[in-house]
Amino acid sequence: MSATKKITKAMELIAASKVIRAQQAARRALPYTRELNRAVSALATHTRNLEHPLTTQIERPRRAALLVFTSDRGMNGAFNSNVHKMAGQMRQRLEDQGLEVKRYMVGRKGIGYMKFREIPMVQSWDGFSDAPTFANAHEIADVLIEDFLTPYEEGGVDEIHAVYTRMESMLTQTPRVRRLLPLEVVEGVTELGELDHIPQYEFEPDPETVLDELMPLYVRSRVWFYLLQSAASILASQQKAMKSATDNAQQLIETLTREANQARQAEITQEITEIVGGASALAEASAEN
Amino acid sequence: MAFDSTPLRVEVVSAEGLIWEGDAVQVIARTTEGDIGVMANHEPFLGILVPGAAEVFTTEGRREIVAVDGGFMSVADNRVSLLNGYARMAKEISLSEAESELAKAQLALEKGDVSTETMQHYHRASAQVRAAQKAASRN
Repeated sequence: MSATKKITKAMELIAASKVIRAQQAARRALPYTRELNRAVSALATHTRNLEHPLTTQIERPRRAALLVFTSDRGMNGAFNSNVHKMAGQMRQRLEDQGLEVKRYMVGRKGIGYMKFREIPMVQSWDGFSDAPTFANAHEIADVLIEDFLTPYEEGGVDEIHAVYTRMESMLTQTPRVRRLLPLEVVEGVTELGELDHIPQYEFEPDPETVLDELMPLYVRSRVWFYLLQSAASILASQQKAMKSATDNAQQLIETLTREANQARQAEITQEITEIVGGASALAEASAEN
Repeated sequence: MAFDSTPLRVEVVSAEGLIWEGDAVQVIARTTEGDIGVMANHEPFLGILVPGAAEVFTTEGRREIVAVDGGFMSVADNRVSLLNGYARMAKEISLSEAESELAKAQLALEKGDVSTETMQHYHRASAQVRAAQKAASRN
């Protein structure tokens, strides 16, 4: 038991140090998103209509995709089951709207979950859930963009929703669903409305091409954000789970020690009673003689 | 506001974070249309970068080189940002490592692998080699 406690304690400490690193990584990625948003808003104010294949909503969507972020390893409490629950609700909602749902999975646990239930996945990625790199985000985003741009008839999807876990704090991590594609770039535009003047931009080569280049970057940065948030959440849940495991082990050790002591005590008492009994029997026997 | 002494505030941003910031007199980068030099009070600009080495001439007279494999440069109100997911400062690139990456990518290309990943790998490595060489040659 104390060996188990040592292991869970070690895992708790490892997760604690990693979660700080993951949080820092998530914070460091903010300027990238901020600059992208700024550029998109600059574009939005110049090209009258921000029409782009990646922002166009299909009138009657028929197929949707769920991109679900799970972890590679267990030992993190209810993390994955919360994600699956959220994904399940979203799937239900989409199916109620008459959409066919396709799945994309990130993380070994999610892939295992799908395989066990024999639910087909379009594509899956694993091996980086607690320390993702931008290249991972890049790869995932590009696959999704391609499938989104593929027409329905050829197997493409009409909308893509991401289920990730947002790192609110060390204590709370909440699973969330966000629409990834078609993109909603409304936030950026309103932000710019707060500025008192709108600078006249010069675009190179031209606004349309710039938009074409920016949109995929935007999708990648969203995926990157989801990956980083999920990674930090995984580690925080792991730390929490391991802490309670350590506490449980500690409690078990205490109860077991107490029981062992009690048993030993009972044994000693028994022996004493026997000795006393034996002695008095001897005394009685000699008195009779 | 129109004084030559106004410096440009430059930020180099990669997906992993803000990798360099400082004041500069001029920034030179290559867009799809060719090299562009940005100095103070340049009009607002947003351009797509091609893989290569962008140069930042700081107010302290140093030259900072950034390897980019794409991304964009935006200029507004004397703020310049170079944004590229894989941007790296030349001084942090090891030339030999970049060269071996480039050799790997070239080998893959010669073998007929023209996938997007290989192309990106190639562009990234060649930009880093160029940036590292530039940094080594004149500094």
